Amino acid sequence: MKIFIHRTRICLDKRLYCATIKLSDKRLRNRTSPPKSMKHNPETILSLQRIAKRIRIESVRMIANAGSGHPGGSLSEADILAALYFHVMRIDPKNPAWEDRDRFILSKGHACAGLYATLALRGFFPIEQLATFRCCGSILQGHPDMKKTPGVEMTAGPLGNGLGAGVGMALGARITGKTFRVFVLIGDGDAQEGCTWEAAMLAGHQKLNHLICIYDYNRSQVDGRTDEIVSLHPVEEKWLAMNWDVRKIYGHDFTQILDAFVWSCQPRQKPAVIIAYTIKGKGVSFMEDNAAWHGKAPNKEQLEWALKELAEEEN
Amino acid sequence: MANALLKPMRVAFGETLLELGAEIPNLVVLDADISSSLHTFHFAQQYPNRHINFGVAEQNMMISAAGLATTGLIPIACTYATFATMRACEQIRSFICYANLNVKIAASHGGIEVGWDGPTHQATEDIAITRAMPNMTVVSPADAIAASALLRQVIQHQGPVYFRMGRNPVPILYDKNQPFSIGKSIRLHNGVHLTLVATGVMVSIGLEVVERLAQHGIQAGLIDMHTIKPIDQDAIIEAAQQTPLIATLEDHNIVGGLGAAVAEILSEACPRRILRFGVPDVFSESGNPKDLFRKLGMDAESITHRIMQSIALNPELRG
Repeated sequence: MKIFIHRTRICLDKRLYCATIKLSDKRLRNRTSPPKSMKHNPETILSLQRIAKRIRIESVRMIANAGSGHPGGSLSEADILAALYFHVMRIDPKNPAWEDRDRFILSKGHACAGLYATLALRGFFPIEQLATFRCCGSILQGHPDMKKTPGVEMTAGPLGNGLGAGVGMALGARITGKTFRVFVLIGDGDAQEGCTWEAAMLAGHQKLNHLICIYDYNRSQVDGRTDEIVSLHPVEEKWLAMNWDVRKIYGHDFTQILDAFVWSCQPRQKPAVIIAYTIKGKGVSFMEDNAAWHGKAPNKEQLEWALKELAEEEN
Repeated sequence: MANALLKPMRVAFGETLLELGAEIPNLVVLDADISSSLHTFHFAQQYPNRHINFGVAEQNMMISAAGLATTGLIPIACTYATFATMRACEQIRSFICYANLNVKIAASHGGIEVGWDGPTHQATEDIAITRAMPNMTVVSPADAIAASALLRQVIQHQGPVYFRMGRNPVPILYDKNQPFSIGKSIRLHNGVHLTLVATGVMVSIGLEVVERLAQHGIQAGLIDMHTIKPIDQDAIIEAAQQTPLIATLEDHNIVGGLGAAVAEILSEACPRRILRFGVPDVFSESGNPKDLFRKLGMDAESITHRIMQSIALNPELRG
């Protein structure tokens, strides 16, 4: 079996985060991060961890089954999706068209395996449907189709558009007097597209304080590391310059994720962005931080190995 | 029917939007920094809470329009035709049309009729682009009355619409009581020798062509094809059955526009000789629109001349 495993990567998670944090301006960090973590119910955290594992397992399985798809981004966003759909968002899977529901947009539409797994686990459609991912006649398209999949709020795929769609929904809430919140998950590809910054500028100007962007900052794209292709650094300053409130977290730590969502949903004057430092392919050693797994399906052997690792982690 | 009164479609558009603002509470107007040009400022002043200026950011305006439509509002995104269909092409195609959202796109400055601003601002591909998008309806009124009446229908219509207007004052052709219906063309003249199928600003030029041809004993019919998609197939086939020659008139590239649409239908249903008048697959230039039209063979005199030549060369067309 020729699978390159570097277990050390998992152990390095926290150190990697610390190292990236060190890169940024200390003063800025003090401004954007509250000093103390809030107390969260340990059972909630444990339950979310388990859900995130299920999301990862289902994502990898459905991509392998389809023979194509995007495991890297689906794995990096899993913890954020678990927190949103199982703790933060006001939604009703039995009534996906409920007018007052919170909205979620996956701007990085290629990572939809993670979203589909989440929606199925949350009860928007039967979990058996996941086996039809990317098949002719399926409700689960290769990139999200809001007219085909219950719970998908916006069609996505071409990067850089999700934040603008979220801006539209947030403006719609304001005009119609609704109080729902709009969450948009973007990735590095979105952040390289100019349209994201058109939306960010307008959201800042319009003070869309019920718009929350989560940036799945895994610093990796199809061709390699963002720092080697087109660097996104400095990230925080970009959003501050667009008149957003900014908070940085490690995107695989539920205490920090939940802290950040509590913070982002507090009454504020500006839109909020959570910059989640994440690891592409998180949870499967040979996919972790490896751009080669951006858009490649694991073969049978690799799937077995991946599922074994994910199951191990659960124990 | 024709008289000397001139009015730009975009002025009628702005006036009608203001009326619709009172009638339709969920109508929202989106601008990209040219509310003064599209006359949407009337609406903006009267209904500031339902007007959003996105600044010079057409892509964001279109994708936000998609988001707004999901909240039950009817957004009408206003800009120039080049920016709407090319700068924001993907947003219209992949998020508005693919998702079949109830977004209206109002574009002025369609065609070389823009004149002085030059080819960067002359949209000669917008009909071809929007026509190729599933779920889209493409409407191109001929005068200020049509712009106003068709806009009302566009807002009532469920689904994406591309509403194309010109920049300059055009003759008022229609009576205020003229009924309009999306997808149903209007026959302005009956013909014997040929039928002109025109859209937008070319309808008034078509009227002039009909008069000029009549002086030479050629009786030309004229159809105002104000909806290019879904196109009025029955009217086109009927015209082809009545007259041996069809001429299409559009201020747009002859590739992919009205001429192409008519040719597609007739080649399948009722083959006829077709003359396509429009921009002959070139980029135009800056200048007085009258000069540009003459240079590209799109003015009444050039069109009349080419039609007569064609009839003279083809005995079967003499009727």
